[in-house]
Amino acid sequence: MKITDVIRELGLKVLSGHEGLENEVTGAYVSDLLSDVIGNGREGNVWITLQGHHNIVAVASLKDLAAIIIVKGIQPDEETIRKSKQENIPLLSTEDDTFTVAGKLYNLILKQ
Amino acid sequence: MKTYRADLHIHTLLSPCGDLSMTPANIVSEALRKKLDIIGITDHNSTRQAGLVGMLGAREGLFVLQGAEVSTREEVHCLVFFENPAELELFQEYLDDNIPAVMNDPLIFGDQVVIDEKEYIIYTEEKLLTNATNISIGELEKYVHARGGLFIPAHIDRVRTSIYSQLGFLPEDLNADALEVSKRSTPEKFSRIHPEIKAYPLITNSDSHYPESIGTVYNCLEMKELSFGEIKMALKGIDGRRIKKKC
Repeated sequence: MKITDVIRELGLKVLSGHEGLENEVTGAYVSDLLSDVIGNGREGNVWITLQGHHNIVAVASLKDLAAIIIVKGIQPDEETIRKSKQENIPLLSTEDDTFTVAGKLYNLILKQ
Repeated sequence: MKTYRADLHIHTLLSPCGDLSMTPANIVSEALRKKLDIIGITDHNSTRQAGLVGMLGAREGLFVLQGAEVSTREEVHCLVFFENPAELELFQEYLDDNIPAVMNDPLIFGDQVVIDEKEYIIYTEEKLLTNATNISIGELEKYVHARGGLFIPAHIDRVRTSIYSQLGFLPEDLNADALEVSKRSTPEKFSRIHPEIKAYPLITNSDSHYPESIGTVYNCLEMKELSFGEIKMALKGIDGRRIKKKC
């Protein structure tokens, strides 16, 4: 499954990082502590968070994550958008809260 | 040059977690007993009790930096200080506009009261002060520096509400006047794990919620006199002012 499939099935909005939309998805991780994601995120994971600080892009890049979903319609900082373009990490947005979007993504990954 | 002892992270009874014995008068007398020259008043997301501590301190020759411990949108705790009362008042409005409308339950979190010199309660903060504000760490830093204030990420070694726990590592554009290491570690110890922090002035404070804790750790600032500007210069190491290892 690719990020484009996740976007279509979950109705996500692409904020930036279009060049990473063909990234393969291996699973997902949910956390708002970046130190925790550095420790536990795995390559190809979709990361669901409410954080909008630009360090999220650096963490995603460091851990080779497939994309970041920002929940509750939270607008990330401008610098975050700029860095995601630079690093080709897709920043995706949903109005759903973390529980809801994580549930949808879980079901989608199970179906694979 | 003289050397001054500074403990820049002290909560008053206004913080829900601050003990009710942390009255301005008790804080000042305990700071003097511990032979401190400078203290910082840093309640969670509020500056409302700092002014009285400043006034009582000034009478006794204790210099009081007035500010707050702000919880940013990312839930990173940062100490901020302003030089004059007008700036502090404007900053309070900025905080009031950005604190979520979640009410405090004193039975669970503790009382959030401001008292006057006679120790009468003159204000009760209804909103819970320990929640994250809607101010990002970048916005906070810009606000504070545009108004000549000090911006210091707090207890960076902690596994909760610190810049490392919340943001994973120091943001490359972090414009901090100093970084605070809590008394659970020391600047020397923590910089062995994170050598990148040596690029910043490092301080350590008591983060007191009880009078006994005041001054249990402190910084030694070598500078000309007690003033906001001199403290700023000492942190930055300008014109012979500096943070000394011991005093």
